[in-house]
Amino acid sequence: MSDAAAHEFQFSSAEHRRETAISGIWLFLATEALFFGPIFLSWIYARFADPNAFDAGGRQTELTIGVTNTALLIASSFAYSVGLAFMEFGSRRGMVLWLLVAWALGAAFIGLKFGVEWRMDLAKGLFPGANFSVHGPSRNGAQLFFAFYFFSTALHGLHLLVGLALLAWIIFQARRFTAERHSPVRVVGLYWTFIDVIWLILFPLIYLIGRAS
Amino acid sequence: MTHSAAQVSYLEDGHTLRSWLLTTDHKRIAILYFVAITFFFFAGGFAAFLMRYNLLSPHGLLGSAETYNRLFSMHGILMVWFFLVPAVPVTLGNFLIPLMLGARDLAFPRLNLLSWYLFMAAGFVALYAVVAGGVDTGWTFYTPLTSLYSKGHVVAAIVAIFIAGFSSIATGLNFIVSIHKLRAPGMTWYKMPVFLWSLYATSVILVLATPVLAMTLLLLAFERIFGIGVFDPAIGGDPLLFQHLFWFYSHPAVYVMILPGFGVISEIVPAFSRKELFGYKFVVWASIAIAVIGFLVWGHHMFVAGTSLFSAIVFSLLSYMVAVPSAIKVFNWIGTMHKGYIHFDSPMLYAIGFIGLFTTGGLTGLFVAALAADVHLTQTYFVVAHFHYVMVGGMVSAYFAGLHFWWPKITGRLYPEMWGRAGAITIFVGFNLTFFPQFVLGYLGMPRRYFAYPQQFEALNLLSSAGALVLALGYLLPLGYLTWSLLYGERASANPWGATGLEWTTPSPPPTENFAVTPIVTQAPYQYEQPEAASHE
Repeated sequence: MSDAAAHEFQFSSAEHRRETAISGIWLFLATEALFFGPIFLSWIYARFADPNAFDAGGRQTELTIGVTNTALLIASSFAYSVGLAFMEFGSRRGMVLWLLVAWALGAAFIGLKFGVEWRMDLAKGLFPGANFSVHGPSRNGAQLFFAFYFFSTALHGLHLLVGLALLAWIIFQARRFTAERHSPVRVVGLYWTFIDVIWLILFPLIYLIGRAS
Repeated sequence: MTHSAAQVSYLEDGHTLRSWLLTTDHKRIAILYFVAITFFFFAGGFAAFLMRYNLLSPHGLLGSAETYNRLFSMHGILMVWFFLVPAVPVTLGNFLIPLMLGARDLAFPRLNLLSWYLFMAAGFVALYAVVAGGVDTGWTFYTPLTSLYSKGHVVAAIVAIFIAGFSSIATGLNFIVSIHKLRAPGMTWYKMPVFLWSLYATSVILVLATPVLAMTLLLLAFERIFGIGVFDPAIGGDPLLFQHLFWFYSHPAVYVMILPGFGVISEIVPAFSRKELFGYKFVVWASIAIAVIGFLVWGHHMFVAGTSLFSAIVFSLLSYMVAVPSAIKVFNWIGTMHKGYIHFDSPMLYAIGFIGLFTTGGLTGLFVAALAADVHLTQTYFVVAHFHYVMVGGMVSAYFAGLHFWWPKITGRLYPEMWGRAGAITIFVGFNLTFFPQFVLGYLGMPRRYFAYPQQFEALNLLSSAGALVLALGYLLPLGYLTWSLLYGERASANPWGATGLEWTTPSPPPTENFAVTPIVTQAPYQYEQPEAASHE
């Protein structure tokens, strides 16, 4: 739809359209929550079979990178919400600046996760299969852990990439938005923050539970 | 209603291919879906027909158990994900939801078009999987057969279902938001037609259950591609976990298939009984109850798979509970017909067939929900007959009922009524002839999914295959006369059935923007008046 059209013909006003978009994204996030749900459930369930072996896998992860990445993501969402606040006050410039910060922090997460951490994991022979490097009684449980690890971090990373694309789109479209009309900024922000929420559940599953026992 | 000449019907608004393939009009998207699911219905039906052909002889006429396995897998996959799940929502739902709401379109028209493209992409991948050689896993994809042993094109089939799932999610999301946000002024929740409530309940399941299936299939694909994964018992994974996750989607999906049918029947029974729907609020809340309880019964598919006795008892009781709201609906439809002025037009014939067949399917469901009986009946033809009574006898009848009821609105043409009635009766007879013998076969112990069987089952199998021939004829009839009516059918008036509901206040076929002026709703739905002739009792 062009910028000139205040709203499509199924809506009674621009406000009506805005509310509808916000309802839509919340419902989408509910879908996403159930999309990731089976991983979390299976993960916790799988650990029950042989907790010691499963945790032996968990202890092979890179805690420092995990903590750094968690901080990066939370900071990125914070930057995004500051950007949104600027938009609400009508400052397009402020929004773009803070969204660039949010984008950079998100990109740093991706770089650290897949460029550094995954590379280290693979070098250590932690990908499940014949060449898996953990031997002895913990071998099977540790492999199960790393099957979950690679699967879920890849999927989370994919969501982050989509988020980065959306952020870039918002930044390039910034001139369309005003203090009154900027629901795409809000919609993308909800998605961007939701990816953090997923990470905040993955973080203890990956890095903490194995070390706690 | 005023039919100003300025209003262009949605069918006349653009004749190019582009005006169809890039449309955001919910009515045109519904037509695009009609074409697609009709194709998949006949493709899946053809597979079933070959299966019944094979079972004419105790030794199997196809000569290969492997071929038979691939046929029933194809039949299940195409029928479940490419016909039954989408059927009513994406066609009648897409067409009617905005019209019934008094809205001009769904909340997210472009998302609606995207969902069609996703569906088509999924369909092509599924067809690729079939043409490349198919899968032999059944539609349930149980591990470790699927993940580690099967030789078929499992990944392609999974990708197809995964993409189709996102199409479902997009549709469900669009419907829920539209029903919340686009109701015409005055249309309170309790003034909504039951069809809308049913699709609302359906959409809740689509949005909350489909992602679980999507993730489960991704985990399965991971395991198949890398040869190691989370369901792999060799490293301490649990194949039963796959069954839990699969049925967490697939049992609610059964209600995705049947709830829209309930909605269709709830519109048709009052219209052809000239009476208000009996117990409107009960029907409405029964839909919601089915959507909620439907999430809590998945374990009844695993009574013999090694779950604990305690969980089996709980799931058995919950499965009994979900029968209650379904029964409430059946009683309400019968209550509506009681002392009504009943017209036996084709939609009503299908609807009455639906009530009988669905009730049979529902009651036999209680047999398999009972733990002890299930141990005997599970994996036999009894189960096959049970769910076909619900899915085909129930859902497909409801789909045809709705298709005939709204055909004049959708196409602007009337179909030949006598042919319509002949079709409805042929389908009813053919269906019972096909599937009733299967109850008996299952009770006598014939297992499902076998390509050959002992001599003693031959007579009943012959009966069933003969029924399939009648049923196939029954399905070809509407394909013939409905297509004929598109070209030669009489022009339909705005409201040929004299039915209530906002969709009947628009011209047939409706203009692109549906309503020139947003309607204001003041009445509850189903305000039918009984003709004097009916009050002689």
